[in-house]
Amino acid sequence: MRHLMSPLDFSVEELNELLDLANDIEANPQKYANACTGKKLATLFFEPSTRTRLSHEAAMLNLGGSVLGFSSADSSSASKGETVSDTARMVSCYADIIAMRHPKEGAPMVASRYSSVPIINAGDGGHQHPTQTLTDLLTIRSIGGRLDNLTIGLCGDLKFGRTVHSLIHALVRYNNIKFVLISPEELRLPGYIRKDVLDKGNVPYEEVERLEDAIPKLDVLYMTRVQKERFFNEEDYIRMKDFYILDAKKMELAPENMMVLHPLPRVNEIAVEVDDDPRAAYFKQAQYGVYVRMALILTLLGIQVS
Amino acid sequence: MIKNSLNLSTLSEGFVLDHIQAGKSMEIYQHLKLDKLDCVVAIIKNASSNKMGKKDIIKIECPIDVIDLDILGFIDHNITVNIIQNDKIIEKKRLTLPQKITNVIKCKNPRCITSIEQQLDHVFVLTDPENIVYRCQYCEEKYNR
Repeated sequence: MRHLMSPLDFSVEELNELLDLANDIEANPQKYANACTGKKLATLFFEPSTRTRLSHEAAMLNLGGSVLGFSSADSSSASKGETVSDTARMVSCYADIIAMRHPKEGAPMVASRYSSVPIINAGDGGHQHPTQTLTDLLTIRSIGGRLDNLTIGLCGDLKFGRTVHSLIHALVRYNNIKFVLISPEELRLPGYIRKDVLDKGNVPYEEVERLEDAIPKLDVLYMTRVQKERFFNEEDYIRMKDFYILDAKKMELAPENMMVLHPLPRVNEIAVEVDDDPRAAYFKQAQYGVYVRMALILTLLGIQVS
Repeated sequence: MIKNSLNLSTLSEGFVLDHIQAGKSMEIYQHLKLDKLDCVVAIIKNASSNKMGKKDIIKIECPIDVIDLDILGFIDHNITVNIIQNDKIIEKKRLTLPQKITNVIKCKNPRCITSIEQQLDHVFVLTDPENIVYRCQYCEEKYNR
């Protein structure tokens, strides 16, 4: 039985198959409309996350399956002190597959040790968020046509942003990838990722402070939110959150085919005026998030649709 | 001054752990769970050593298959392990870094699931043998000695 804990759980070949399946689902949704009839997805969200939970649920409903679950720890037995391992064992009896979000890092891995059905890590603290990475890869490949030979700008909170860390890990497996890391000094990419991933793999990168300096050379601009919950100090958050705002003026400097991605939700780091720019791909990205989760559910359940 | 001449009789079967850093023998005693073994254990502290100045030695008289020595490689790979059978040293074991260590060190990441679920084993995995990096199996936090 297979689980998804990290985006690197899939080899590049397996990932290509998963993304091909997602593209086939996008092209032929009717073909998959009853693929999971009679199957149940349990969404165990020990902390709230509207979009990740709903996209998993939408994926299962699109496949003809059904969903059950909870959306905060307060409404689960965790509030009575039940362990993750007990919850996993119990829910395995009710559902065919589980998507779990938990504020503690490694909780989905614990669940995977005790569950008798596949577990999808839907985010564990600041550690991993693999389905977001799969979404990002599908979006880049579907719109740009490739996952190699790309210059990718990562902008905003590169220190605490786990989506950025996971995306770097996933993309360095492809040829000729370059990164431009755009952040304030305080939110630079952690040294261990620069050293252990980029330097070790001889992946070229540069660090810049101004978005305007980076934008003309990018194939992909990945914007991130400066997340309030990652700060201990509100003053620091308020001081930094507006540093990197993408607006129409900055978009004038961008190449014609550049795509703008954002894991969402945005606060104000992308001005609403950018939404109408054809290069704005973040809402398409949300749609691709459903397709890739549909492909993931089918893959983990071992369901093949001919 | 007392002459350093304490000696113990030789073993017929068991282990002599030599060149333990002085003062570390009790830590090793705990990690190897020697307190749970019903066998003769001798701990020699602060023995003189040409190489180290002072060292600790542990002698354990037991069947040679009852102790898992892998953890020693994590604690101190400079320890010499002499394996004795039929009154003779049959092997001087070379210590290597264990791939996985369980319940020897604790994850200090306050966001790790082990911080709230007390029944979980604390498991660390060797992720970078060259730089001796162990990471928590659950949250991947690096262990800093």
